[in-house]
Amino acid sequence: MQWLEALVQGALLGGLYAQYALGMTLMFGVMRIVNVAHGDLLILLAFGAISLSTLMGVGPYHLMLVIVPLAALAGYLLQRGLLNRVVGPDPLPSLIATFGLSIAVQNLLLEVYTADARSLPGNGLESASVALGPFSIGLLPLQTLLAAVALTVAVHLMLRHTAFGLALRAAAADAEAAALAGVNPRHVYAGATAIAVGVLGVSAVFQALRVTVSPADGAAQLIFAFEAVIIGGMGSVWGAFWGAMVLGVAQVVGARLDAGSGTLAGHVVFLAVLALRPRGLLSRSS
Amino acid sequence: MSGPLLSTHGLSAGYGDFQALFGIDFTVQAGEAVALIGANGAGKSTLLKCLTGLLVPTAGTVQFDGESVGGLPPHRLVARGVAMVPEGRRLFTGLTVEENLRVARDHGRRSERLEPSWTIPRVQSLFPVLREKRHAVVESLSGGQQQMVAIARALLCNPRLLLCDELSLGLAPRVIMEIYDALPTIAAQGMALVLVEQDVALAQRSSQRLYCLLEGRVTLSAPSPQVTREAITSAFFGADHAVA
Repeated sequence: MQWLEALVQGALLGGLYAQYALGMTLMFGVMRIVNVAHGDLLILLAFGAISLSTLMGVGPYHLMLVIVPLAALAGYLLQRGLLNRVVGPDPLPSLIATFGLSIAVQNLLLEVYTADARSLPGNGLESASVALGPFSIGLLPLQTLLAAVALTVAVHLMLRHTAFGLALRAAAADAEAAALAGVNPRHVYAGATAIAVGVLGVSAVFQALRVTVSPADGAAQLIFAFEAVIIGGMGSVWGAFWGAMVLGVAQVVGARLDAGSGTLAGHVVFLAVLALRPRGLLSRSS
Repeated sequence: MSGPLLSTHGLSAGYGDFQALFGIDFTVQAGEAVALIGANGAGKSTLLKCLTGLLVPTAGTVQFDGESVGGLPPHRLVARGVAMVPEGRRLFTGLTVEENLRVARDHGRRSERLEPSWTIPRVQSLFPVLREKRHAVVESLSGGQQQMVAIARALLCNPRLLLCDELSLGLAPRVIMEIYDALPTIAAQGMALVLVEQDVALAQRSSQRLYCLLEGRVTLSAPSPQVTREAITSAFFGADHAVA
């Protein structure tokens, strides 16, 4: 029973990682960009959410209605203004550009918000719990997981069924051929980044509700997103989700075995997957 | 408005330090089928890349429908009515046949009023296999079927000028015939065609005029039915070879 409970808690933790990983896998799948600034953008949005919440005095879900469109717009402009200049067959320029962006965002946050940790007041949401069978489950982690599932389903359906989603997949398969079919790859890329950063706007609110955030936190979140994406299979939407579940469970189970080794257990599972199945758990074996 | 649909003047292009085209003058009239022949590396594909915007010319002009279009990106040229069936087909892998076609339908040129437009049912009646296999992932199709998807995808952009790069490459003779037999139907609505073709006889048969390129220069430009074999050989390999 104790282990079943660990499994449930791991899945709940994985819900947050799944949100981080979704945008990352989308950007990698479509543009082959490994966005090193992913975690820092999350923290930037978390601070933005905290500022907006004191300014507007609204609850976390209303806050998302404001922060998500702003995040998506920022993502669109980021792609149009910066990343479209470095995207291409060589992954190095975009890696260096996003690395630079990561440092710039961190320092901007230090400048504006100082190094103090802050968090978002949840008005009791952060400590509320629901009884689910024999377990008592935190309401906030449950909502985080449900949001992760909803976002993953939404991105999946968007990729399968909308004209924009098809254009994204076409540009991912062959950008030149997509351009020859009338698709503007730069616009499609900007749309992908807008979705990726928009999703981060949701994660930022959950992150700031769950724990305190400080400007240097981005790197750790980046690692978790990155590990989830690798475990699941790079570029796959559901791969990122299941990769995040595996990572979350590994961390919680690891912490139960030894209180200090939760994060380490996650890294070990990540390295094991990288060694045994380098293309990820959900990759089609060819 | 009686000028050519497409014309290039003194078009030069290359890759880095390597120059592939030297002052090409090339015209296509509305509704005309033009063949472009030449040995490997003669510059045929480079010329098509310039016409579709995949490559920006280093010198010269490209005019389409009376407007200068040199340097426009591919999707803008598609919007004006230039589409290409690229060499090697370059389908969107991982997508089904119908999804491949929907991309072009959703992003291609909108045909003008009164102008009949290409629809998915229309390309499916041109190549019935596209209906049978519509839910199949494109990489599961045979080479000939993939070529039909590539042609259908280009048609769904509703082009006024269709560029076909090596349609017959790597296909069985029976399939090549099936595809070339569809060309008159395709051209019947007044679309101009440029056919890049390795098979010279096939190119000559399927076109009204032909151009031959040799080492980045036009060595022959003449009405297809009147060109002699000798003239083609000399243009294809250069005058020195023709003597031998």
